[in-house]
Amino acid sequence: MDQLYTRILADTDFQRLQRRRERLCLWLSLAVFSAFLGFILLIAYAPGALATPLAPGMVTTRGVPLGSSVILFGFALTGLFVWRSNREFDIEMARILARHAAQD
Amino acid sequence: MSSRSSRGLALACLCPTPAAFALGEAAGPVARVPLNVPAITMFLVFVAVTLGITAWAARRTRTTADYYAAGGSITGTQNGVAIAGDFMSAASFLGVTGLIYSGGFDGLIWGVGGLAGWPLLLFLLSERLRNLGRYTFADAVGFRLAAGPMRTLAACSTLIVISLYLVGQMVGAGTLIQLLFGLPYWGAVVTVGGLMVLYVTFGGMIATTWVQITKAVLLLFGSTVLGLLVMNEFGFSFERLFKAAVAVHPKGPAVMAPGGIVSDPLSALSLGAALMFGTAGLPHILMRFFTVPDARAARHSVFVATALIGYFYLLIVVLGFGAIALVGGRPEFLTTAGKLIGGDNMAAIHLSKVVAGDLFLGFVSAVAFATILAVVSGLTLSGASAIAHDLYANVWRRERATEQEVVGISRVAAVALGLLAVVLGIAFEGQNVAYMVLLAFAVAAAVNFPLLVLALYWRGLTTRGAVVGGTVGLLTAIACVVFGPTVWVDLLHHASAPFPYRYPALFALVACVTVTVLVSLTDRSERARREASAYDAQYVRAVTGLGASGASEH
Repeated sequence: MDQLYTRILADTDFQRLQRRRERLCLWLSLAVFSAFLGFILLIAYAPGALATPLAPGMVTTRGVPLGSSVILFGFALTGLFVWRSNREFDIEMARILARHAAQD
Repeated sequence: MSSRSSRGLALACLCPTPAAFALGEAAGPVARVPLNVPAITMFLVFVAVTLGITAWAARRTRTTADYYAAGGSITGTQNGVAIAGDFMSAASFLGVTGLIYSGGFDGLIWGVGGLAGWPLLLFLLSERLRNLGRYTFADAVGFRLAAGPMRTLAACSTLIVISLYLVGQMVGAGTLIQLLFGLPYWGAVVTVGGLMVLYVTFGGMIATTWVQITKAVLLLFGSTVLGLLVMNEFGFSFERLFKAAVAVHPKGPAVMAPGGIVSDPLSALSLGAALMFGTAGLPHILMRFFTVPDARAARHSVFVATALIGYFYLLIVVLGFGAIALVGGRPEFLTTAGKLIGGDNMAAIHLSKVVAGDLFLGFVSAVAFATILAVVSGLTLSGASAIAHDLYANVWRRERATEQEVVGISRVAAVALGLLAVVLGIAFEGQNVAYMVLLAFAVAAAVNFPLLVLALYWRGLTTRGAVVGGTVGLLTAIACVVFGPTVWVDLLHHASAPFPYRYPALFALVACVTVTVLVSLTDRSERARREASAYDAQYVRAVTGLGASGASEH
């Protein structure tokens, strides 16, 4: 197993694939983290911005759609990640692993 | 600080998970209510079904892999529903609805915070965790580190999180069931403890998972019906719902705005860290990633869980504001002081009576009871695996124990944890248990989560660094809670707290990471060198799944 691991690690296709996967994970993590952090900081520093009604005469404030969109945004990102992993990363990884298995 | 706002603060930390404080505080002197026959009947049906599941699961549980990980037989979708079930606790359903009922918009913050951890768990941990571990998250943290010290640390932090949670749950359960069913407090605690021990000892992970799935489906069904009925009252217009709420609530239009739940930016950040990272560090949730056959299924299960949890929290917003609009103005649900009968946590229950009548009220009450039962079962199994798999099999017997022995120890541990939970649950009757949940979340966020991320992503992490840093994080979290306002002022009634912040997570997290990194970097031992060189093999296995447990059966 150790030899196989070493060979895979040295495979440039593997390295390229991992760079793409890891970049996606990093950006998605930063995106969801910033959205959440932004919401928390708005509550701490500018609660008034969230308390403004959507339109004059309405009682629904900006905070309601904004909070709900943070929830939907987080869900959309998990969907994007799963979609790309299933459609792209898994298939390429399987191809790389099959090639190394064939060499054994 | 008024008692309402301090209560809101404390609730903050537990809403995404079990009932603890949310329900514990409603306690106080609870007037006995008459036996609720439809609710008890429906609950007994649930118990009969779950005992059937347990008997079926017991026949299928032969090996340790069956016992701890359902033999990898759970599909991604099923696991997603079970994970969502772990998270959709009585504290979310009753506690957050009650929080919106009393505070309005602020309740939405817990919904957003409760969801934010899941994408992070998916992007950073779920697949690598599945590929490296077998039964507990300690498997992954300790993959290339020294088993003895690492597993001891991970098991300690797991047991701290689990037992604090269990006690909080028990106190919540006793109070809630007293209110909903008219059973005596001790009777409720003993019933919950007894049933959970039955599920866990005989049915292991298979029973625990299917009980959780059954309850999650019932809870989603019940809250969807409630949500639709509420929206129907307002012609499916959110503006009309909110308008009615503003007209009834004593806060008026302010009910639609943030109401100062977090007073300063540092508290806001620390609360944010507890919610976001705590979710990704709860041992009973991390344990679920080992019940699916591979990393792809693990990934899919987080997607399903995130969808269900997001949907659930959006529903809770409707239920909370619906309770203000439809229950708030009615004298038959209020005490003479204008408070909700049974406390704010009863908002969802009263609402179900208003929109759907007595029979549905019984159904919702039975589901609330089932929710507590399913969540404590997961907690108990997680604690039992830390004792049997991490401490007994790997540390004490150094992997020389037979499968039967380890499962036997697990069962004994489950019974012991159940007894402990019942005894402490009764001992803490009517007490404020907020600090327990605060601490549980802080430990999950400040110790489990960072050590897992460092172990998976940083070659330089050494055993010495992880053990010293993890211990520092653990002690910091405990110290911050004990010397903070929750224990020092609210519980011990001192005038002011030496540590001014209510949320310890951020401080303990920074302490844990800083010490872990510094100690690891200065660790020049031979073992540290070996651990760094073992990173490559760990990395390839984590990202490819080659050699992962369960993979060979495909």
